[in-house]
Amino acid sequence: MSTFEQILASASSVPPREQFAPRRQPFTLGRRGLLAISWLAPIALIVAWETSAQFGWVSPQVLPAPSKVVRTAYRLATSGTLLTDLGVSLLRAATGFAIGGSIAFTLGVLVGFSRLAEALIDRSIQMIRAIPFLALLPLVIVWFGVGEGEKIFLVSLGVTFPIYINTTLGIRQVDPKLLELGRVQGLSRIQLIRRIILPGALPSILTGVRYSLATAWLALVVAETIGAQSGIGFLAMDAREFLRTDVVVLTIVIYALIGVVADAIARLLERRLLAWHPNYASTAR
Amino acid sequence: MTNGALRDRTPSVVVTDLRRAYGTKVVLEQLNLRIERGEFVVLLGESGCGKTTLLRALAGLDAIDGGRIEAPKRPAVVFQEHRLLPWDSLWRNVSLGMQGSDLRERAAAALTEVGLGDRLDDWPRNLSGGQAQRVALARALVQEPQLLLLDEPFAALDALTRIRMHTLVKELVARHQPGVLLVTHDVDEAIVLADRILVMRDGVIAFEHREIGQAPAAETRARLLAELGVVLDRRAA
Repeated sequence: MSTFEQILASASSVPPREQFAPRRQPFTLGRRGLLAISWLAPIALIVAWETSAQFGWVSPQVLPAPSKVVRTAYRLATSGTLLTDLGVSLLRAATGFAIGGSIAFTLGVLVGFSRLAEALIDRSIQMIRAIPFLALLPLVIVWFGVGEGEKIFLVSLGVTFPIYINTTLGIRQVDPKLLELGRVQGLSRIQLIRRIILPGALPSILTGVRYSLATAWLALVVAETIGAQSGIGFLAMDAREFLRTDVVVLTIVIYALIGVVADAIARLLERRLLAWHPNYASTAR
Repeated sequence: MTNGALRDRTPSVVVTDLRRAYGTKVVLEQLNLRIERGEFVVLLGESGCGKTTLLRALAGLDAIDGGRIEAPKRPAVVFQEHRLLPWDSLWRNVSLGMQGSDLRERAAAALTEVGLGDRLDDWPRNLSGGQAQRVALARALVQEPQLLLLDEPFAALDALTRIRMHTLVKELVARHQPGVLLVTHDVDEAIVLADRILVMRDGVIAFEHREIGQAPAAETRARLLAELGVVLDRRAA
């Protein structure tokens, strides 16, 4: 017997019981069941973390118990400066996002519409984009010193590129057949932009906004870690000095929560503004 | 056709010695065409014979290289694809480019005419292909155009929907009386719809058929197909 024949023989020697086993209804989980399962692992992880902290298997200096972090959160929120620091951080993020976002959107619209603007601006922006924006930090500190200006600048810079790129891309990708229809229907240039180009570019622009929220947040964390006098990042660096790991973990959790909330808001915005779009439609008509 | 005499004899469009070339390739040469108001003209031709080029020139979408087109400033066009704006409701789509204050009412009237008067606020993505094309027709007719240009508007529809659309289009044209130029390569569609059939070949109108309905349809069909280079009976060839 050649090897090939052996393989054939073994392949055909499936036990008859399995071959003719009665067909069973496959076991299926409902959506709720799957949802419950998806939460099993994270909850188990937190329980394990809590237990190992309670039994002293992990030093509280390395990783404090989740319950301890919660108590610290409550204490800092009621008697400390947690809420003020949170407000300061959010304000920095919002200001940076507003400045960077509006510059990026304006440039994106210009370049999306005009080949001349593209020739003038686009190459420079693409060159600056090649720099990891956090690498500019030392230079930014030299320019602005350590203060609000430096933090807001860094956030703006992080926000600019995703919004710029997705705005130009969105405008370029508008279906030329719809533009032709606009001409047939006698739309003026302004009407063409308002009724066809901007709505057509909106899905892409909103994708840019979601990306930029993530980079804005990253920029803020880095900026606040360096010489801040207030804000969540300051809280973290201050706590590090005193080995208050519970506060450090708390700030990390807060950064994560705000990131989640920002993303949820962006997604809500997509669902509301893009109700017409099959990919985003939820319960809309 | 009997209603020919009743028709208002002002032309919708007059084309004189039209010439269109892409580089050295001449697509239209010495082309002459006149369509009256209320007249339904069907332009037949193989792919690449220049029929869509002619339609686009009449629509003002492409420049011309010679000759003259006397057409209304804004002819209405229905394309092969419905080209509805997916982000606008049906009535907003129909009223695209309209001026005035009672836009919703006028759009509603047009949508009612095509049997979709109860779906003013629906999204285009909830429509079937035939329904979407009906909205495109409503959008074309809502502004009472003098000239209606149809670029294979039924080509992508299934056979039954296409027949329903033929009836609808005939009704609408009879009511609104625009001059119509329909571009297609469907000979049967041409026989059902046209007052006059033109066959285009190599950038000129090579054959004209006026007496629709006087000869048996099968005979007309065979003749038109022969003009298009399709021979039905091999023994006769």
